Amino acid sequence: MNADQAMRAHSATLPAPTFENPAFVTPPPLAAATVAIVTSAALHTADDTAFTGGDTSFRLIDRDRRDLILGHWSPNFDRAAVAMDLNVVYPIDRLLELAAQGVIGAVAPRHVSFAGNQPDDLASIRLDSGPAAAAALRADGVDVVLLTPV
Amino acid sequence: MSVLAHIFEAAGIATIVLSSIREMAVKVAPPRALHCEFPLGRPLGHPGDAAFQTDVLAHAFALLDETSGPVLVDYPIVIETSSEQVSCTLPPRYDPNLPPAVDEARGLRRAYDRSVERRGVTSVGRAVHPDGIADAVAVLVAIADGADWTTAGIPGGNATAMCHDIRTYYEEAALELVDGPLPGPRALEEWFFEQTHTGKIVLAARQKIRDSGAKAPIWFYMTPASR
Repeated sequence: MNADQAMRAHSATLPAPTFENPAFVTPPPLAAATVAIVTSAALHTADDTAFTGGDTSFRLIDRDRRDLILGHWSPNFDRAAVAMDLNVVYPIDRLLELAAQGVIGAVAPRHVSFAGNQPDDLASIRLDSGPAAAAALRADGVDVVLLTPV
Repeated sequence: MSVLAHIFEAAGIATIVLSSIREMAVKVAPPRALHCEFPLGRPLGHPGDAAFQTDVLAHAFALLDETSGPVLVDYPIVIETSSEQVSCTLPPRYDPNLPPAVDEARGLRRAYDRSVERRGVTSVGRAVHPDGIADAVAVLVAIADGADWTTAGIPGGNATAMCHDIRTYYEEAALELVDGPLPGPRALEEWFFEQTHTGKIVLAARQKIRDSGAKAPIWFYMTPASR
C-alpha cells in the first residue's frame, strides 16, 4: 500500500456528517455562469494572516494573484505539485481560458481558500465560516463553485 | 470539501466537488462530485498539463446538466502514485567543518533563490526565514545527536513548522535542479527523505523526540505519516 492508498484508507474511516434535505441548485447555463474556486489547500498570499493548525477561517484570493503560499499543515500529500503548477490545485488559468472561449460566463473576481485539516465536529465551518464564505461569493454574483481538495 | 459543497449549495450556489476520497464523497453525498483517483495534492491531475486539467474541468462542468442529486461520477482516467525517482543533483561538499546536512542546505541556496525568482513566491517562512534554514537544520542535527529537543532552539518551538520550511526549501530548490520532466507524485518527497542528508536528519531527529516521550503532536507531523 503506497502513501496515498494509506491516506485514503485512513480518511475513509473518519466520521462524516450527514445533511438532511440537502439543497440542489439549478444554475444558469454554464456559458452565462460566474464560476469561483473553493480550495482546501490553505492557499494564501503573503499579505494574509497565515493559517494555523486546525484553522476554521478562510481567505479570499483575488483573481489576479498567482503568488500564493501553500499554508496547509498536513505533510501527507504531494506538497511540491503546487510549486510546479498552481493550476494543478487552483485552476485559475484554466477557468480564464474557458471564459475567453465562452465555455463559462465569467471567472469570479474573488476565490476562497480553507484549510482542509479541520476539527472533527466541523461546527465552526458549518455554522460560521462556511456560510460567510458563501455569502462573500454570492455578493460577487457567483453561480457555480468548483471545490478542489488536496 | 463535500461538507462545504452542502453549505454553498444551501446558500444558492451550484457546486461541483473534485473528490479525492471516494468513500467520503459517498458518505457526505455532496450535490455533484467528480471522483478523481489522482495522487493526493494533484486534484487536477498533472502539473504542467493544461489539456488534461481542462478535460477534468469539462467532466466536472458536465455534472451541472444533472437535474437532481446527489451525483457521483468517476473521472475515467486513474493516475497512480508512481515510485519513479527523480534525478536531482545535490551540491558538492563545501565546508568539511559543517555537518553534511547543514553544508547541503547552504549549498542549495542559489537553486532555491532561482526558484523563488522564477515563480515569484515561496512557501518557506512558516517559522523559519530562508536565511535561517541552515541554522534550523543544525538544530535538527543536534537533536539527532542527542541534544534535548526542548532546549535545542527549535524556531518558535514548533517542530512541524520548522520541518515544513526545511522540506519546502529543499523541494523548491529541487525544481531548479531536476533533470527531465516535472517530478512525479511524491517524487520530491522521496528524494528529500531518501537521498538528502537533511531528510535523513529530519527522520532521525523525529525519532529522538518520539523516544524522549514527547506527545505525538510535537513530532508526528514532522514527516508524512507513512515515514
